[in-house]
Amino acid sequence: MHFQLTDDQRALKAGVRALLAGRFGREALRAAADRPGVLDRALWRELGEAGFFALRLPEAEGGVGLGLPEAVLAFEEAGRALLPGPLVATHLAAGEVAGAATGETVVTAASGGLVEWLTEADVVRGDATGAVPLVSVDPLTPLHRLPRSPEASPDVFPDASAGVSPGISAGVLPGVSPGGSAGVSPSTSAGALPGGSAGVSPGASADDEPDPVAVLLTAAEQLGGAARTCELAVEYARTRKQFGQPIGAFQAVKHLCAQSLVRVETARAAVYAAAVTVDPLDIAAARLLADDAALRGARDCLQVHGGMGFTWEAETHLFLKRAWVRTQRMSSNTYSDELLAADLLSGVG
Amino acid sequence: MDLSYTPEEEEFRARLREWLDKVLPTLPPKPSPADWPARRAYDLGWQRMLYDAGYAGLHWPVDAGGRGATPTQHLIFLEETENAGAPYVGANFVGLLHAGPTIAAEGTPEQRARWLPPVLRGEEVWCQGFSEPDAGSDLASLRTRAWRDGDDYVVSGSKIWTSHAEVADWCELLVRTDPDAPKHKGITWLAMPMDAPGITVRPLRTLAGSNEFAEVFLDEVRVPVAGRVGAENDGWRVTMVTLSFERGTAFVGEVVACRRVLRELAREARRNGRWDDTPLRCRLGRLNAEFRALWRLTQWNVSEAEQTGGVPGTGGSVFKLRYSHARQELYDAAAEVLGADCLDLDRPWVLDRLSSLSYTIAAGTSQIQQNIVAERILGLPKGR
Repeated sequence: MHFQLTDDQRALKAGVRALLAGRFGREALRAAADRPGVLDRALWRELGEAGFFALRLPEAEGGVGLGLPEAVLAFEEAGRALLPGPLVATHLAAGEVAGAATGETVVTAASGGLVEWLTEADVVRGDATGAVPLVSVDPLTPLHRLPRSPEASPDVFPDASAGVSPGISAGVLPGVSPGGSAGVSPSTSAGALPGGSAGVSPGASADDEPDPVAVLLTAAEQLGGAARTCELAVEYARTRKQFGQPIGAFQAVKHLCAQSLVRVETARAAVYAAAVTVDPLDIAAARLLADDAALRGARDCLQVHGGMGFTWEAETHLFLKRAWVRTQRMSSNTYSDELLAADLLSGVG
Repeated sequence: MDLSYTPEEEEFRARLREWLDKVLPTLPPKPSPADWPARRAYDLGWQRMLYDAGYAGLHWPVDAGGRGATPTQHLIFLEETENAGAPYVGANFVGLLHAGPTIAAEGTPEQRARWLPPVLRGEEVWCQGFSEPDAGSDLASLRTRAWRDGDDYVVSGSKIWTSHAEVADWCELLVRTDPDAPKHKGITWLAMPMDAPGITVRPLRTLAGSNEFAEVFLDEVRVPVAGRVGAENDGWRVTMVTLSFERGTAFVGEVVACRRVLRELAREARRNGRWDDTPLRCRLGRLNAEFRALWRLTQWNVSEAEQTGGVPGTGGSVFKLRYSHARQELYDAAAEVLGADCLDLDRPWVLDRLSSLSYTIAAGTSQIQQNIVAERILGLPKGR
């Protein structure tokens, strides 16, 4: 057991961080926030060239041939940089949708009753028929709301009372391997954008059976956001002075920062482990901890920034709003709670 | 990132499992928690069995009589013994996890030869004389005095929260030998025989009703200078060498135990109908996530310790903060499952719930741990 990053993994993480710092630094982030709804296609192609989307595609198919742990590290960095766009959906479409792997095609997905970046996407996976735009709380994530069919239940919970896990029980998922591409359920319909130019992909994952890999990569983004808000809070607490000393010298502020780090480190262990095991229960746990770390981390960061935290100038609100968006992606947190509850009654005894 | 174990580690696990299967049924029944002499005998008996089987001091260095096991092997040992329901380290806690490693790291050859073998063989029990009524979290403000008189130190003062004091043979004692020095500089580490004249042990009753620890009063107790580990006035550094060990792997077995308790709670909830309560069910699911993550964090910290030569880092404080709160949440959830029965001390988990209240206080309060994390890991300035 060597549950630490390998040298190659460290190098990959550092490489992605450097790429994003150079190409999507603070200035670019501010500019993007002031220009809502416009996706930087050039950046998308650069990500494609760097292998961000083709990371898990086998080399024989023109990919990088790496595994889920590496993808998680890359998505953590994307979350840290607050990189906008339907990154998870495009990454999952690599090898299945032409041009996704290279960043030529922007792919989004209908999930959780919402579609991110619908008008900017070339391909939408899942049924986006009748989607209507809403005024997104996150200036960096345009959103459409999906019409809810009356017979559809928002979430299909595992049958907890029966004491068994649902179809995706413990163990490695069929169709998903750490080195391969995500399994996609082929049964659901796909729809073209109303009046748009988007293509239609064959096959998409259904809303009620969340693709665990998509859940995990979203959790990785949440982890990155949580880690960054912890850093921002600490940086501010070290430099901002009140009552003649840095506010970080005050225990109340210190404790906010410490709690933030504790949430990040615990979530990190859970997310990385889930990337190694690809166990749906590990993924559910990772998601719950990462969501919590991201949401509370951003709130505490805002609090540490005091009045500045409530302004548009401080980036904290962008982290909080993106964290909110990501918690709505795929299934609800309750789905993950129920999955993990059902696990407690499974197995021997 | 690799969570699989090597063939050697799996072999180690298999042999340990086989041994546990064989010896655990031969153990005598567990003594009553109130019967200290019986508890001492039981815990020392278990230590002797470990010694005879070659598992004593697994994580101690070989030149200190240990097995020099890797942190991963130690993790497997703690995981398997807990899973098998083996006894806890109990009265051997301070000797095996604290005083022993301190003497191994800082003692003279004579001191190592005198004190380490009896700990490993299960012949002597140690207790910890660190805390005082006015020196808990602020340990360095301790006031128990010691002054030289020939070949002895003469010690006067009092200690508190001393577990196993009633049955201990030795006490790892921190005393102030230079009252004029800065508070971290004038402290000395002594091995004090608990049968020396002038020692009075007064048991303290906890809120759980048990006598888990005691106050120890010291009235001109003579401790031979030969029992001083490290230099005079260098006791703080000696202590810091080993304090991190306590926070590294001390809770491994407990995390395994908590995961088992959580499964038992779910079954009890299904039995008594509380499982149909969706918020409660989700709360148990969330705790499942919590303890899975804590187990992963343990594996992460152990792997890191392996890389850094076995010394646990400040990650121990992160773990301790999270775990101590999670444990309390677990038993609060247990109360929710039990309903009105949570007021019945004869029911399972009720006493555990009371005991869990100490976890955010003992071994450094959560508030102090947060200061440690903020100052030593995050680099925030010292202050108030």
